[in-house]
Amino acid sequence: MDYKPIKKVISGNYAAAYAAKHARVEVVAAYPITPQTSIIEKISEFIANGEVENLQYVPVESEHSAMAACIGASATGARAFTATSAQGLALMHEMLHWASGARLPIVMVDVNRAMAPPWSVWDDQTDSLAQRDTGWMQFYAENNQEVYDGVLMAFKVAETVNLPAMIVESAFILSHTYDVVEMIPQELVDEFLPPRKPLYTLTDFDNPIAVGALGTPADYYEFRYKIEKAMEEAREVIHKVGREFGEKFGRDYSQMIELYRTEDAEFVFMGLGSLMGTVKQAVDVLRSEGYKVGAAKVRWFRPFPKEELYELAKHVEGIAVLDRNFSFGQEGILFNEAKGALYNTDAKPIMKNYIVGLGGRDFTVSDVRKIAENMKKIIESRKLDREIEWYHLKR
Amino acid sequence: MVSLEEVREMEIPENVKKRLSLPFEENFYAGHTACQGCGAALGLRYVLKAYGRKAIFTIPACCSTIIAGPWPYSAFNAPLFHTAFETTGAVIGGIEAALKAKGYKVKGEDGIMVVGWAGDGGTADIGLQALSGFLERGHDGLYIMYDNEAYMNTGIQRSSSTPYGAWTTNTPGGKKHFLERRHKKKVIDIVIAHKIPYAATASVAFPEDFMRKLKKAQKIPGPSFIQLFAPCPTGWRSPTDKSIELARLAVQTAYFPLFEYENGKYKINMPSTKKEPKPIEDFLKLQGRFKYMTKEDIQVLQQWVLREWEELKKKAEVFG
Repeated sequence: MDYKPIKKVISGNYAAAYAAKHARVEVVAAYPITPQTSIIEKISEFIANGEVENLQYVPVESEHSAMAACIGASATGARAFTATSAQGLALMHEMLHWASGARLPIVMVDVNRAMAPPWSVWDDQTDSLAQRDTGWMQFYAENNQEVYDGVLMAFKVAETVNLPAMIVESAFILSHTYDVVEMIPQELVDEFLPPRKPLYTLTDFDNPIAVGALGTPADYYEFRYKIEKAMEEAREVIHKVGREFGEKFGRDYSQMIELYRTEDAEFVFMGLGSLMGTVKQAVDVLRSEGYKVGAAKVRWFRPFPKEELYELAKHVEGIAVLDRNFSFGQEGILFNEAKGALYNTDAKPIMKNYIVGLGGRDFTVSDVRKIAENMKKIIESRKLDREIEWYHLKR
Repeated sequence: MVSLEEVREMEIPENVKKRLSLPFEENFYAGHTACQGCGAALGLRYVLKAYGRKAIFTIPACCSTIIAGPWPYSAFNAPLFHTAFETTGAVIGGIEAALKAKGYKVKGEDGIMVVGWAGDGGTADIGLQALSGFLERGHDGLYIMYDNEAYMNTGIQRSSSTPYGAWTTNTPGGKKHFLERRHKKKVIDIVIAHKIPYAATASVAFPEDFMRKLKKAQKIPGPSFIQLFAPCPTGWRSPTDKSIELARLAVQTAYFPLFEYENGKYKINMPSTKKEPKPIEDFLKLQGRFKYMTKEDIQVLQQWVLREWEELKKKAEVFG
């Protein structure tokens, strides 16, 4: 890691745009939506200022077409990038399946925003988590630095396993908040992320192929299995790429779950994205007050880090899962996944689901403390007061 | 049977070559799964003849998805990307952008042709937005709408390109005389409203005219659009050996006139410009789909055809 980083104070969205630039993306097809828009504005600026070469920007007429155009570009062998939020992501849904089904390593930044109605532009993870079954990998960034690093790693992982990847950041909390980001000099990024070697391309006129033709019941099944195989392979690739990133640039991402002060923890807080920054800060405060707590930040939600969760769950008495999202008729989505992943194991920590911060409701260190007090009681009494708690609810 | 490879290597005698009005080269394989008498299959054969192997095809949900063959087969001797119903315009835009980013020549004499091939439902209805985007952004590509006037692949449901009076499975006639009551949507007019450099109608009954238009679409930079009239015996309830005759009658009755819109100028190019159009009944009576039409219904359609025809002639006169 002998290099001089380029330090800039930038927003999460600019971090995403710079990462796309440094990844030398060849086609960007995107549609404006708050709070994503400044990503594509910044990319347009790069083009206008002559800071990028060979980048085609397609200002499409909808998010559905944004993903469709990225699919066409990626199938032609280009490195394709887009960004969206909430309603835009939901509109893309059909094409998200298409991208993974056609095995195209498109990278997209989703700026988490609450789904309407009522209209909201604020932070909420339900938009991205509702896309969990589309065959996209998902990485949740805690801060602007992770947005930048995440985009670069996502291209490498995606192009290795030939599946698309989504980098998720929080509305406003990251997207529009300025923070120091250490960027990597272009030549080092080029070394880390060489030009894409596509699985297939539509430009091979001597050996023309048909992509996505009818798969009869005799064949379709295996196509699905291969996607799952690629997802399984992605776990190993993520470990490897995350380690390489750490060795080269000093920030290690080899673990799909980042553990913070969990060594002797009685219970841990688990969650996704920027809210885990607040939680880490709270953990420091709580530790100084005598609480034996830690934080488990789930970086990659897809593929789901089952084994790492098991290793953690074996050693703690309780897990407080903080979900800034909800699956109606059931529970928080991360809680649901984590509980399910542990069911057939011998790890049986007490698990409670706290629904926090929906639609951008403020979630602070003092909220984490209240949750810690509640969790402590539960663990001491070995009695779960309730499984799901709508934490902020006005009474 | 002679294989395609053998056909490709055949020496064509010069005297034969001189008489050919279409390229000898075949890039649409036998063994495709189209119905007998399919206009779309014929159209594909001509397009693949026109561009040889240097074209990238995008096909959304439509009959041609099936015609091209199931995995791992392909009836195309050219790259083919299957995509979702409403996305043809966006996908070909993305392909063109990628080709340009990678430094390929797109369109023109030796350039790569980026071709979207979509049915009338995938164009006039669900794909209209993406088509508009493709046209408006000025991509170097060609969008071909093969028009068989209904959702044939899903089993003959009406589209906005279905003509007045037609039977389809969701305008089934019946006791209440529930037939298609809307006139055919003029997609070509919507396309021309984008003021693109080149738009044309074509018919499988006039292959030389179609070929000439395909070549023109290759030469002219920017987005091109061709609406190809493609009879469907299955959906039109017509004899399979009448497809060409029906396509010809559609032109001769002025139901589907052949014309070009090139850089703001209209040009009617059909054999019957000077003659009075044949009565629409000549076109209708060969098809089972129009059998529920009353005399009054036929009159409504006839008047619409003549009004549209007059309008087109005016445009050619004023903007010729």
